[in-house]
Amino acid sequence: MSSFLIENISIRGVAACVPKDVESNNAIDYINPKELEFLIKNVGVKQKRKIQEGVTCSDLCMKAASGLLEKLGWQAQDVDVLIYVSQSRDYILPCTAIILQDKLGLGKSTLAFDIPLGCSGYTYGISVIAGLMSATKRKKGLLLAGDVSTNMVSTQDKKAFPLFGDAGTATALEYSNGAPLLLFEAGSDGSGFESIIIPGGGCREPLNGGNTKHNSSQKDRSHLHMDGMKVFEFGITQVPQSVKALLEFGRKTHTDIDYFVMHQANLLLNETIRKKLRFEVAQVPYSLENFGNTSAASIPLTMVSELQQPLSSKRNEMLCSGFGVGLSWCSLLAQTENLTIPALFEYD
Amino acid sequence: MIQITFEQFTEKLEEVFDSIQKETLTPTTKFRDLADWTSMNAMILVALYETEFDKSISFEQLRKCETVQDLYQLT
Repeated sequence: MSSFLIENISIRGVAACVPKDVESNNAIDYINPKELEFLIKNVGVKQKRKIQEGVTCSDLCMKAASGLLEKLGWQAQDVDVLIYVSQSRDYILPCTAIILQDKLGLGKSTLAFDIPLGCSGYTYGISVIAGLMSATKRKKGLLLAGDVSTNMVSTQDKKAFPLFGDAGTATALEYSNGAPLLLFEAGSDGSGFESIIIPGGGCREPLNGGNTKHNSSQKDRSHLHMDGMKVFEFGITQVPQSVKALLEFGRKTHTDIDYFVMHQANLLLNETIRKKLRFEVAQVPYSLENFGNTSAASIPLTMVSELQQPLSSKRNEMLCSGFGVGLSWCSLLAQTENLTIPALFEYD
Repeated sequence: MIQITFEQFTEKLEEVFDSIQKETLTPTTKFRDLADWTSMNAMILVALYETEFDKSISFEQLRKCETVQDLYQLT
């Protein structure tokens, strides 16, 4: 049984921060125009944001978090759970979340740690922070989720380079007796671990001289390697299965859902999932076109960039599904009401 | 699901192969010759089966197809 529920936790707000610099896919000069047009049409990414030199994902998340705390009127000292979901961590060690506990001014009784998940990271992250807060009755928590994927791909990788963009997000959760239940369906399939992988630089395959800075053009073992077809096959079978199981668990149908926010993988995959599950176009927003695949940030970024108005002004039945690297997936059914959503932040 | 006709099938295929006229899609047409065949085309085809024909086919099954007739037989 892969469905479960968490009690007494409400999502209160979501914020997102993207780098200021825009990179247009039309500017890619090593792919011929016809091939480029076909690619852009099918992956659905026209442009994305690229992080500046010297800036990290945690900086983006920190800006989102600070902005969110301010808009919520929360004191940093009142937050005592902080989880950082990212494959772009400031240091090999220690955890980035602990560094952010200090930088954000949270108290020393804060539970802080990282979860190095990618595409499924946000929804998994919600399950972990909500589960922890529910069990410990901690009152306020922050889930930071993001990635800097543009540094992970080779600029010469025709399939991966046009796809990924950078972003950092923050989600605020609060303990609230009798809150609508958070429902989840999740799982893992490690047999597909090589489908999306950076093979070199970890313990299995240390890099020569321990140097992790790579030449960004030549694709080597320190870059992201992606088997698009395996990921596609996984996406179109596992995600509909997960969502159907979750809807059944929550005794809902696709018509009960206001918005279905999926991890922004690529347009072809996402649209195939949408159609397979019979969701209408209006129910399924995309941030893919302007921000690309932003890994763990993609679901909350889409909420901020596309749904700020409806999410902040009424009650919504939300279905979110993160899936990908691992292979890993987690879907979430949540009722939200009048969320606090600051306008999208830009990191300058 | 009612089995679609070859006519209806090639109409859908035409959408996949963008600029191709469906009249050129005969049962013996080798579909991989119609485009600079890449893994993206294969994914678009699998997506088409899922969304238009309500049929899950694997890339393995697709690899074994050569002609439009072979594709039609998967529906």
